[in-house]
Amino acid sequence: MSIRTRLLVILGLMALSIFYLVPRDVTIREPDPETGVMGNRVIKRVPLKRGLDLQGGMHLALELDESKKVSADPKRDLQLALTVLRKRIDEFGVTEPLIQQVGDDRIVVELAGIRDPARAKAIVQRSAFLEFKITNETRALEKALPAMDRVLRGMGIKAEGAPTQPSAVQQLLGGDTAKARQGIADSAARKDTAATASRKDTTSDTSAVVGGVLSSLIQPSGTAGSEIPGEYAVPETAFPRVDSLLSIPAVARQLPRGVSLRWSAAPTSVGVQPVRFLYALDEPSIVTGSNLVDAQAQLDPLTNGPIATFELDRAGGRKFGEETGKHVGDYMAILLDGRVQGRPPVIQSRIGRNGQITLAGRTLQEAQDLALTLKAGALPIPLKIVEERQVGPTLGEDAIRSGILAGVIGTLFVVAVMVLYYRTAGVLAIVALILYVLFTLGALAMLDATLTLPGLAGLVLSIGIAVDANVLIFERIREELAAGKTVALAIDEGFSHAMSAIVDSNVTTVLTGLFLFQFGTGPVKGFAVTLVLGVLASMVSAIFVTRTLFILWLNRKPAMATLSI
Amino acid sequence: MRLFANAKYDFLGRRKIAYLITLALTVPGLLVVLVRGLNYSVEFTGGTLMQVESQKPVDVGAVRSALIERGIEGAEIQTFGSDRELVIRARVAKEGTDANDTQATAAALTQALDATLGAGSYTVLRTEAVGPKVGGELREKALMAILLSFVAVLIYLAYRFEWRFGVAAIIATAHDILASIAFIGLIRLEVSLFVVAGLMTIIGYSLNDTIVIFDRIRENLHLRKREGFVEILNRSINETLPRTVFTGSTALGSLIALAVLGGDVVRPFALLMLFGVIVGTFSSIFIAAPALLEIEKRWPGPAARGHMAPKPSAPPVRKPQPVGR
Repeated sequence: MSIRTRLLVILGLMALSIFYLVPRDVTIREPDPETGVMGNRVIKRVPLKRGLDLQGGMHLALELDESKKVSADPKRDLQLALTVLRKRIDEFGVTEPLIQQVGDDRIVVELAGIRDPARAKAIVQRSAFLEFKITNETRALEKALPAMDRVLRGMGIKAEGAPTQPSAVQQLLGGDTAKARQGIADSAARKDTAATASRKDTTSDTSAVVGGVLSSLIQPSGTAGSEIPGEYAVPETAFPRVDSLLSIPAVARQLPRGVSLRWSAAPTSVGVQPVRFLYALDEPSIVTGSNLVDAQAQLDPLTNGPIATFELDRAGGRKFGEETGKHVGDYMAILLDGRVQGRPPVIQSRIGRNGQITLAGRTLQEAQDLALTLKAGALPIPLKIVEERQVGPTLGEDAIRSGILAGVIGTLFVVAVMVLYYRTAGVLAIVALILYVLFTLGALAMLDATLTLPGLAGLVLSIGIAVDANVLIFERIREELAAGKTVALAIDEGFSHAMSAIVDSNVTTVLTGLFLFQFGTGPVKGFAVTLVLGVLASMVSAIFVTRTLFILWLNRKPAMATLSI
Repeated sequence: MRLFANAKYDFLGRRKIAYLITLALTVPGLLVVLVRGLNYSVEFTGGTLMQVESQKPVDVGAVRSALIERGIEGAEIQTFGSDRELVIRARVAKEGTDANDTQATAAALTQALDATLGAGSYTVLRTEAVGPKVGGELREKALMAILLSFVAVLIYLAYRFEWRFGVAAIIATAHDILASIAFIGLIRLEVSLFVVAGLMTIIGYSLNDTIVIFDRIRENLHLRKREGFVEILNRSINETLPRTVFTGSTALGSLIALAVLGGDVVRPFALLMLFGVIVGTFSSIFIAAPALLEIEKRWPGPAARGHMAPKPSAPPVRKPQPVGR
């Protein structure tokens, strides 16, 4: 190869590396700080991707959580979940998110530079399964309570401090239960319908079994006239206990078919202590979120509270209209992931394709997140987090700073030793080393590889090792010179004889690097990539660049009798 | 300036001393590992790690009792760097625990920190919550990666040199891994993914070093057919000694820079690699070359004289020479 071609090749490689490292326009998708609307923004930056450990962010590995719902076709459900997550995260506004399937049963989500990891986690994990159900008006729960308590008593579970519990509820509801019951009876009498008549009967039924564990904790929520049928109040402190008691199969069986029990999403303050509402709901749902086509977050012009409005597709709208038409005057619970959102509103008239969910006492951002997940669709099966890594942005900044410092000091050391030990040849090796760093970074940018903290360490380490090829060559040249060969011949033989050692030793490093890449996750993969690229780049720089520099050196001083090496 | 030029040390003659040194250094460490086990990071055991920076100095005891109050016992709590930075590790206690537990533990850690440090007066620098299943997989994968890279290197060396060289190189590398594990055990280094990456890099470096010497042995076997095997081994080691020392020094220089300046996350890796570079250099000379000699003694063959090495320019081998006189 002529010297001209060699120089051209080197210049070409340099140009290519520089081309890939030039700061370029990157489109990032993020919400507008004022309106919250997603938009594209273009910024300029060096196209070297930094790993989560360097810029901060979150790494999640997710699997289908089949503890609550068994998947009929896990492969399909995972694909579906992947699509849903892509849509959600696209709207969430993260630059270059990574969402991919790993192995057969896992999804990995990497969100770089996020500020609010808890929020991101909630968005990823939320099933976002929306259901509309009519609250039960046949007092099914109250009728079932005595039987439930009998079952529990049979199992040896009794009310803890039974006499005090009802009074706690009385206090919560801001009046004594007897009066409340009286109120219910009064209102029932006023309305004088068949349903309320039966309600009156059961009211007297329940008073007979006060002292049962569930009947003492579960009380109809309403006071005079303001009650919602099928709504019950449970002191927030007793909520976990009641929930676990109700989920005992023998207890759950006491409830008639076609009625389900659901909790409200959040506790409500009534009087001094918070209570949790329990709802008896008629199955099946009148419509579900699978019929949803659009959702938006807004501020309710009347209350100024956040709401999420939604729009159903044609089929969903028709069904919704029919069902709500049948149930005018009844109460409709809106459920998200099995929890009732807000208190069920009364159906004033037939509802069409549009509706809204009121999120009392929550922020607009929560409404936005809800709209976002509703729009992206429900997860077929809930997801569980099997691995989570979060790195705050400051840690990465510190790491980069110390990594660069270590790199600079390490490099200066190598430069000093090379120049002191090999003199002019050492200077040539340093030029080759600079090109080596350029090539490695260029290759990283070209392959769109991610620079991680271990990767940075690998880069610093490989600077120390990169000179090895040069050292092998220089030592060989020295040996050839010591054996009495002429300068030109010694250089020639030095390069050709060192070649086999360089190639063989580097191939083994590349082999171990490839296996490391195969098994490693995120940061370690980054290390393997820089190591492998570094070794390859060091071979190019040592064998090709240094050789060319030597040829140039010889050309300038053809009569050189001794070599500064 | 030329260090170790024309060195003529009898490395092979001193190999027994070297064996003693390596045994004396490695066995205690391995015993520690056997007795106390390795200190695996949560990535491998499954569990929850949280690193936080508080605005004021942290009372470790208060954090510990707040954790025990919330049902998290046996968590490791350490200050990290300064007394305002804290690392809490709660490992998964039993096998088969659900992944959701690590999430629940993370929530409990946050509650405990809110209670002791005050919500909002600390920043979470890093969180890791790894389910035990993922941790177990990772352990398997790490072991597989090391074994597979051994096999791949053996095949490559068998192809480029011949099987004896491959086996000798693997013996030397296995020695380095054992010694490194002993080192990890002795200084109680936490075995994280990063440290495993360091272990793999040591494999790469040690092989690299061994191969440079083997390459010279291969060459000298062709050139100096009259010399005995031991002389050729010694000669090859001595001839490559300047390179061995120089490259080792530059690698050590970069690693010292990393260890001192690279920050807390990089330091364990840098320390391990420092040890690895030293032991890798040692093993190329005192383990790999003697191993080659032992193999040659037991299974002498023409191949050991470089017969099969791909050197088209080399003159054809006339007859196998007796070795190890």
